[in-house]
Amino acid sequence: MTALLEVKDLKVRVEEREILHGLTLTVNPGEVHAIMGPNGSGKSTLSHVIAGKPGYEVTDGQILFRGEDLLEMEPDERAAKGVFLAFQYPVEIPGVTTWNFLHTALNAQRKARGQSQLSSPEFLKKVREVAKSLNIPQDMLKRGVNVGFSGGEKKRNEILQMALFEPAVCILDEMDSGLDIDALRIAADGVNALRSPERAMVVITHYQRLLNYIVPDFVHVMSRGRVVKSGGKDLALELEASGYTQFDDAA
Amino acid sequence: MNLVLAKNETGRALSDSFAVARDRLPGVGKVAEARSAAFEAYERTGLPHRRIEDWKYTDLRALMREVLPLADAPDAAALKRAAAAVKLQAIKGARPLVLVDGVFVPKLSEVGGLEKGLTVRTLRDVLEAGDAALQAQLLSPDNANPMVALNSAMMTDGVVVELADGVVLKQPLHIIHVASGSAPAAMFTRSLLRLGKDAGVTLVESYIAADGAKAYQAHDSLVVAIGDNSRLDQIRLVEDSRDAFNISSATVTLGAHTYFNTFGMTSGGAVSRYQATIAFAGEHSRVETNGVNLLNGRQHADTTLFLDHAVPHCASREVFRAVVDDRAHSVFQGRIIVRPDAQKTDAKMMTRALLLSDEAEANNKPELEIFADDVTCGHGATTGALDESLLFYMRARGLPEKEAQALLIQAFVGEAIESIASDDLREVAIAAARRWLEARA
Repeated sequence: MTALLEVKDLKVRVEEREILHGLTLTVNPGEVHAIMGPNGSGKSTLSHVIAGKPGYEVTDGQILFRGEDLLEMEPDERAAKGVFLAFQYPVEIPGVTTWNFLHTALNAQRKARGQSQLSSPEFLKKVREVAKSLNIPQDMLKRGVNVGFSGGEKKRNEILQMALFEPAVCILDEMDSGLDIDALRIAADGVNALRSPERAMVVITHYQRLLNYIVPDFVHVMSRGRVVKSGGKDLALELEASGYTQFDDAA
Repeated sequence: MNLVLAKNETGRALSDSFAVARDRLPGVGKVAEARSAAFEAYERTGLPHRRIEDWKYTDLRALMREVLPLADAPDAAALKRAAAAVKLQAIKGARPLVLVDGVFVPKLSEVGGLEKGLTVRTLRDVLEAGDAALQAQLLSPDNANPMVALNSAMMTDGVVVELADGVVLKQPLHIIHVASGSAPAAMFTRSLLRLGKDAGVTLVESYIAADGAKAYQAHDSLVVAIGDNSRLDQIRLVEDSRDAFNISSATVTLGAHTYFNTFGMTSGGAVSRYQATIAFAGEHSRVETNGVNLLNGRQHADTTLFLDHAVPHCASREVFRAVVDDRAHSVFQGRIIVRPDAQKTDAKMMTRALLLSDEAEANNKPELEIFADDVTCGHGATTGALDESLLFYMRARGLPEKEAQALLIQAFVGEAIESIASDDLREVAIAAARRWLEARA
């Protein structure tokens, strides 16, 4: 079976500095992987490179998605193939309503996949169903994308998009940052509802706390641009007890 | 017959040409005298150039080089091409008033069933028929501006609209300027809109070309007088063909307690200039002027506004948005003068330019001259590129680069377009913006 996402010996630079020094990660359908590590270990860099954010130079290694070279694709092609990044800090887009943005984006993805375009009524029906299942009020869809949203609303909007686009692999970048415990629970419930045998998730987090709500199958510890330890979900609890300092020497 | 009108360096040839053209132009006596005086005023500078401060960024001597021969009156074939173009631009529910190659065409216009208190005549008729007051008003724009002067000298046709006191028209008037494109030529039009007291109307002006139109020059001028307690909504859409010139002027005078809401968008033409003088002559009036430039390739578009606050208690708002791609050039000049008597003036101006390429250029020139001491005036200007972090977010959601840019550009100009009061006409402006965006993608 071809892995869903394979990161092989990935080396990445930003300007003159190497951030990832040969990172390897294999994600299969249905799996939930957690990537933990201290600030500056390269977690967010990994998520950005997978999604295709400009400004990163891949000097070595590969990222394959269902065996295809992801690094050769534009960010929008990656999205259409089924790669989704939930942003740590979702941006605000004044003047573009959430509903227009989602409709345009969904139809762009469908077009890229050779699927038919959804009419406004068709889209409205779909987005309403998804919003309802996530307890997202309708009027949020009429507002500018993330404009004036609270931290919790922004994260819920990310999950709404995840549910709408039905990606194959979801990268959740520090989903817990800026959320209180109630908002965190709502967001995690949204993510858990999207777990399926076909879909994989990569949950990037600094804290073990999130993993109480989104229970991973695998935990990887990153330090200084590498995965330094991998294990099961218990590894997260170990980390919570002992901290990240034990890995500093290993890097 | 075509005739060569003007080459800037050859003043003699120019005046000889005017002498010939004059016989084809409507009006005798005072009108003809005014034409001659206007032509002399034009001749003193010829096409304006960059050493004239007001034309620093739009050097017509370099950009336009010459004034093309006066267009022939459209023949049957030209009218057929024009009709097809008009059909595409027609606005549902509006009354079309169509000028083809500078000549009013009743057949393409809706001249019947005029509401009570609405009068529509052609410029030609008014200049020939001799209503002295109307003629004087038509000849009132200041010939100190050379392109106004040239228009005063050469104007061949246009529409003269009068609205009686208390008449509020529901149906917008839509003046459509069409270039049929038989041969490279210039057309000179002038229109007048006179609103009595307690009147109201919406005026839409479109500048378009028939399919395959040759390079042309549209020289237009609009004279507006808004009576006390009246309201005018104006929408200008410049969608000329990509090798056309459009030099348009407006002179607007406002009475007391009036409201003037004007929106202009230029997405077509090679070189265009819109120069408007808006003068407050009565107290407690308000002007909102919003503008958008959507430019790419080597397009050049200049909007030059002059707001003359001569009386107290008036307010003006200017919002301008420029989107400039490739090697295009956008110019916005906004001059506000607050005269000594104009206390309690509230005047604000904000311009923003979005540059989509390294070679795109935008010039913003705000000028405030304030001679009263109890006023609120301000201006601001920004220039920048599209936000990369927004673009990446949108692309990560599956939007190809051009589509992501298009959404951000629509949002950027949306603020100006939203100022259009009528839902239907706002949609017309949005559709024009979309046409530009789609042509770009």
